[in-house]
Amino acid sequence: MLASQPFEALRSKKPMSDSVIQTHQNAGEVLALDGVSLTVNGKTLLHDISVHSEAQGTTLIMGANGAGKSLLMKCLHGLLTPTSGSIKLLNRPSHETRHQQAMVFQKPVLLRRTVMGNLTFAAPKTTPPEVLHEMLERVNLSGKDQQPARVLSGGEQQRLALARALLTRPKILFLDEPTASLDPASVLIIERLIQEATADGVKSIFISHDIGQAKRLADDVIFLHQGRVTEHTSAATFFTQPLTSQAQAYLAGDVVL
Amino acid sequence: MLFDAFSQAVALIMSGDPELFEILWLSIQVSTSALAISVILALPIGTVLAISEFPGKRLCVTVLNSLMGLPPVVVGLLVYLMLSRSGPLGVLGLLYTPTAMVIAQVVLITPIIAALAYQVMDDLHREYRELFQSLGIDSIRAIPTYLWDARYSLVTSILAGFGRAISEVGAVIIVGGNIDHLTRVMTTAIALETSKGELAIALALGIILLMLALLVNAGVTTVRSIALKKAYV
Amino acid sequence: MQIKRTLQALGLSVILPVASGLASADSIVVQSTTSTKNSGLYDYILPKAEQSTGVTINVVAVGTGQAIKNAERCDGDVLLVHAKPSEEKFVAAGFGVERSDLMYNDFVIVGPSSDPAGVNGSSNVSEALSTIASASALFASRGDDSGTHKAELRLWQAAGTDPSEASGSWYRETGSGMGATLNAAVGMGAYAMTDRATWTKFGNKGDFEIHVEGDERLFNQYGVILVNAEKCPSVNSEAGQKFIDWLLSDEGQDTIASYRVQGNQLFFPNAN
Repeated sequence: MLASQPFEALRSKKPMSDSVIQTHQNAGEVLALDGVSLTVNGKTLLHDISVHSEAQGTTLIMGANGAGKSLLMKCLHGLLTPTSGSIKLLNRPSHETRHQQAMVFQKPVLLRRTVMGNLTFAAPKTTPPEVLHEMLERVNLSGKDQQPARVLSGGEQQRLALARALLTRPKILFLDEPTASLDPASVLIIERLIQEATADGVKSIFISHDIGQAKRLADDVIFLHQGRVTEHTSAATFFTQPLTSQAQAYLAGDVVL
Repeated sequence: MLFDAFSQAVALIMSGDPELFEILWLSIQVSTSALAISVILALPIGTVLAISEFPGKRLCVTVLNSLMGLPPVVVGLLVYLMLSRSGPLGVLGLLYTPTAMVIAQVVLITPIIAALAYQVMDDLHREYRELFQSLGIDSIRAIPTYLWDARYSLVTSILAGFGRAISEVGAVIIVGGNIDHLTRVMTTAIALETSKGELAIALALGIILLMLALLVNAGVTTVRSIALKKAYV
Repeated sequence: MQIKRTLQALGLSVILPVASGLASADSIVVQSTTSTKNSGLYDYILPKAEQSTGVTINVVAVGTGQAIKNAERCDGDVLLVHAKPSEEKFVAAGFGVERSDLMYNDFVIVGPSSDPAGVNGSSNVSEALSTIASASALFASRGDDSGTHKAELRLWQAAGTDPSEASGSWYRETGSGMGATLNAAVGMGAYAMTDRATWTKFGNKGDFEIHVEGDERLFNQYGVILVNAEKCPSVNSEAGQKFIDWLLSDEGQDTIASYRVQGNQLFFPNAN
């Protein structure tokens, strides 16, 4: 899927300025980023990102490889500290809401213990066993609770990782390409769980390259290009009328550099 | 000579020679004591070094890796100078005792176990760091988790330390003195028999020591295969 | 003593109940030489000495040079070695109380039965060494500052030869104990000087035999010295003196004389 005119797109239109996609600060804000920049080894990877959103549901972060999606997510979740700028989640500084956040990584990180051992490690100590078993059932892993976690298939491992994340009862759930290269059944289960969680009032922030999945799940979309947010709109708008040429090219399957 | 040594080794074991078992038992006692102390010292060192960030960390790792190659004779000499009656710890009267041998072996194998543990922990930390950060696990809880999750790899590191301890002669002969019925262990007995020209007996003792090493290694292999089956390595 | 308590707290003394064996009142460390140990003399006399004196005797066998240095560091109660000049210096420097002649044996020169230098049957050690040197036949030396090494160097001097010039060619300094040097000599077919006791008991003779013996210059005197408590307060003078008294007594001297290997007497008591 090589681009027909990748560089022309870049030259012809300037990225949107941040002011266009900003909404006004509000007491009910779930997400509030102001001037977030990240510089690593002298290289600025995230440029002056400001995003405000009161939207519940699922926010999708899209963009080409290397655009800074994972870095932005890690900054939001507090795994990375931005070089400058401020991040607020649920109206409070990100680190204060740490216990209300959970994350599922692209490559599931499972402890060297049983399936159940992985759940009890993360779940609050008071979690009753029935809840744990019920969660295993929801991710279609019941009966595997005593199996070593790391011998599960890739799809099973990611389902377990999601189950573990959900057991911490997060208010915000970060998912970094959780279904990349998984079997369709696992993708289905994971998508269903995310939808159920969202229905329960969990805010999920999601990275995906799968446009079909994005359309199924996303309520709003943040589009990143070269470390800058160039677009933040509702999903409906983004997929039908993308504002920037980069987003248009990305959705068309063109190479955007 | 080899066949001779083998039949002597078998005969020695079969005869239940009390002197052989005294020496073998002291070897095991000294080296397991040294191992126990080294593990208590080395695992926290390796773990803390792996999971913490501080200026000079790389220097520490380099020093630790270099210490792995400490020649036993040098360790023996250093411990001798410390424990000698005219040395700083001379008042303890520990020179030429099994305790002195334990101390020498601790000095010898603690860096080995710590450096190997550091490698294991560093790999594990790279894998787990973001998950733990995400789950809000502090280092008080992270350290036992790392130790537990690295248990199979650590067993291998620890047994490597044991192998080094039980097979070295340079340090224990200096600080132990190879005193009959007091500080004579397998390796110093081998050195003594060699110097008496009793090469077959020396080799027979060597074969018995080798059998012990084989047992230990069989243990390592079993542990590893269990771990592999569970994908716990 | 804080550290000792800490060690005990660590469980060391539980794991190692023998650890404090040396500290007891009736136990001594004897700094001695490999020749007396490897010849089996101690295995023979120590049980008898311990029975008579009630003292537990722990022998550390190293080269004479190292034994003296260890004793100077106070790491021994009794010194039993064979290098009279060094022993007298040790006493003169105040490290030893008094030196007593204990026993003697003799040195011999051994070599391969092919006898490349043709010294077999000689009873003139100077001549034999000169012959070996002029034939550039291999000679393995201790090279470790031990009593035997010092005696060997005196003999080379008497023969008017400086073997150190040939070090690395035909003169090979092993830097090791008597047994290791003999193993090396047998391995490379070199002549070597050894005390008769070690040689008689040595198990790896190969085709080696004694070529030179009987010269009075090959006489090898052993002395025994109590380490001076004035220099080394940790010395167990009482127990050490008991052991020395026993060695010099008729009973001790008779015991030394009665030690036989393959029917041969190895040490000849000559206490005054």
